[in-house]
Amino acid sequence: MSNSASKGIKQHKDNGKVVDNPWRELRRFTDARIGLGRAGISLPTNEMLAFQLSHAQARDAVNFPLDFAALSEQLQPFGESVLQLHSQAVDRSHYLQRPDLGRKLDIASRDKLTDFMSNVSAGALHQHDIAITIVDGLSSLAVQKNATAFIKQLLVLLNEQPQAWRLAPFTLVEQGRVAIGDDIGQLLNAKVVVVLIGERPGLSSPDSLGLYLTWQPKAGLNDASRNCISNIRPAGLSYQDAAQRTLYLLQEARRLNLSGVGLKDRSQDDVIEHQIHTKNFLLSE
Amino acid sequence: MSKSYRYTLGSKTYQFESLAQLMAKATPKRSGDSLAGVSASCAEERAVAQMTLAEVPLKTFLNDALIPYEDDEITRLIIDEHDKNAFAPIAHLTVGDFRNWLLSDHATSSVLTAIRAGITPEMAAAVSKIMRNQDLILVAKKCHVTTAFRNTIGLPGHLSTRLQPNHPTDNVNGIAASILDGLLYGSGDAVIGINPATDNVAQAIKLMQLMDEVIEKYQIPTQSCVLTHVTNTIECINAGAPVDLVFQSIGGTEATNSSFGFNLNTLAEAQAAALSLKRGTVGDNVMYFETGQGSSLSANAHHGLDQQTCETRAYAVARKFKPLLVNTVVGFIGPEYLFDGKEITRAGLEDHFCAKLLGVPMGCDVCYTNHAEADQNDMDNLLTLLGVAGCSFVMGIPGSDDIMLNYQTTSFHDALYARRVLGLRAAPEFELWLAKMNIMTDTKQHILADTLPSQFARSLKAISGGQ
Repeated sequence: MSNSASKGIKQHKDNGKVVDNPWRELRRFTDARIGLGRAGISLPTNEMLAFQLSHAQARDAVNFPLDFAALSEQLQPFGESVLQLHSQAVDRSHYLQRPDLGRKLDIASRDKLTDFMSNVSAGALHQHDIAITIVDGLSSLAVQKNATAFIKQLLVLLNEQPQAWRLAPFTLVEQGRVAIGDDIGQLLNAKVVVVLIGERPGLSSPDSLGLYLTWQPKAGLNDASRNCISNIRPAGLSYQDAAQRTLYLLQEARRLNLSGVGLKDRSQDDVIEHQIHTKNFLLSE
Repeated sequence: MSKSYRYTLGSKTYQFESLAQLMAKATPKRSGDSLAGVSASCAEERAVAQMTLAEVPLKTFLNDALIPYEDDEITRLIIDEHDKNAFAPIAHLTVGDFRNWLLSDHATSSVLTAIRAGITPEMAAAVSKIMRNQDLILVAKKCHVTTAFRNTIGLPGHLSTRLQPNHPTDNVNGIAASILDGLLYGSGDAVIGINPATDNVAQAIKLMQLMDEVIEKYQIPTQSCVLTHVTNTIECINAGAPVDLVFQSIGGTEATNSSFGFNLNTLAEAQAAALSLKRGTVGDNVMYFETGQGSSLSANAHHGLDQQTCETRAYAVARKFKPLLVNTVVGFIGPEYLFDGKEITRAGLEDHFCAKLLGVPMGCDVCYTNHAEADQNDMDNLLTLLGVAGCSFVMGIPGSDDIMLNYQTTSFHDALYARRVLGLRAAPEFELWLAKMNIMTDTKQHILADTLPSQFARSLKAISGGQ
């Protein structure tokens, strides 16, 4: 055995022949997978398997169906009706390949909403202020873990407001995309629709909930008409902060009578102002 | 006016209403063409369309514009800049003959370079549709496209990487941590390129300065880029920011690019502004473009064309502005355009082949999202195939996980794997730097140093002692 070979074995006997990276400590600045170390030039076993686990969780978040029965039960304490709806995408495979169908309600769902409205309306069409729609989207995990807890925070804030927000029934949508909320809000005659949807799962964030708000929803609107709050989950934007920002957007939408590009979320402006320097450790000394 | 095409198979006659429809139906299966409603209705129709397309003369593509000349500035660019002399050696060929010609021993690297300006995107797209994966690899490998700024990209036998140190809040230490990780794994010779989380001029300037200072301090023979809108970058240049490369996402129809908020004049203005800074040391390729099949359909601007033909037309835009790098972000768009690993792989090889045939310095973001039917094994396969095909560059990111854009692309480790198994090397100027900095003890064998290079050790120590 050559000198260098025996040295290599001695140095790395504890974990095979893995070379660790001392700069791994820089992970306090980033969630990026830096300093993974290496076996030769390849990923060490533990890091390779950790990645596989993350990917498996993200895949499960996409493919596991949302438990709508459990979600309905969680929403009961809020005292509103719960209507379960379905898009025109019949199953997950269809849903993934035909985003257009995920944006439209199937016929039975439209009938359900129309029936509901004719039951509550005597003469003139009943007006709701806000329709909250919960959509499975691309992560059932995000909805299951975060939707109810967020709604609880939001309703606390809404109930504190001097000007009331009359709630439409909660709607739950299977195989849905964001724009399906436009259809629902319109059929429920709501001034604003708030869509809670499972976002495309990231490797490190399989449970990220998105919120899309549209003033005067009607079928055919595009993303320019919406405001979005992203990454609602305990490890991201907290329920309380997300609820505060939603309230801000709701109040501004009501005041300006619009949503989307014309409604700027200025609650974040100071965050950007805070970091204007370029100083970092690579430029120290 | 577009004529229709017929093919009789036994007792059955297939009819294709136009050249655009024939191209679409001849395209290997992918979800985006089904979404657009332009794909073949069955496998037999697809095979028949390919046989019909093989009989179409290349000259037809000069006379039968898929998107009318009057309606689209990219069609005008393609037709107006077509070089008849370069086209002359292949002018008599059909699409099927062209495949044979490209594969033949006659079509050497220098011959392929000489006819480049005579090939239109539609000719390249057409022939790619009747080529198998191995054909796409074999011919692409013969097409050499070399560009330069502070180093040289695309030399035969080389594979460069874009170091992509994205951070979800643009935290400067977070970005610096990923840059350090990448440099110490030998990544970053194509470009150090950041997708900003906050996309405005002030933020872009801040990130440009950050990278400029790092490149300057460590004397790295590479270039930087902030992937912000071209109009933002023009403003950055006017404000005196250190811009190396101008970025823009581009598509293959005028309407796609309008939806992206720019046109050919905007790109010309940006190129001139970047050139005026004279920041390149070994070359003056100052543009960095990104493309990807499906963008035109996504913008509802595809004119009934299949997504691969739209994509190839974007390369006419690219080559007009002599880019340092063009990157097809192949698996980012999602499963409604490219459903699974098989479709992503095919698209990556097509994009690379068509671009190289047209003289575009193509690299590939070998990537997937978590809602696509794809995984790391699919990426290993495509990375290996593209390495064999002579791809100019791939991405490099810590542990394959982009925590800002939420998708998976190739890691620093992956690039070293490809270089090692295929005997590929970093850009020559960058390779010298890796040796000089003691990041690698053997740049030919890609052997990394076991100890931290002293200059980086000092920076690390400063921060460890500091906070």
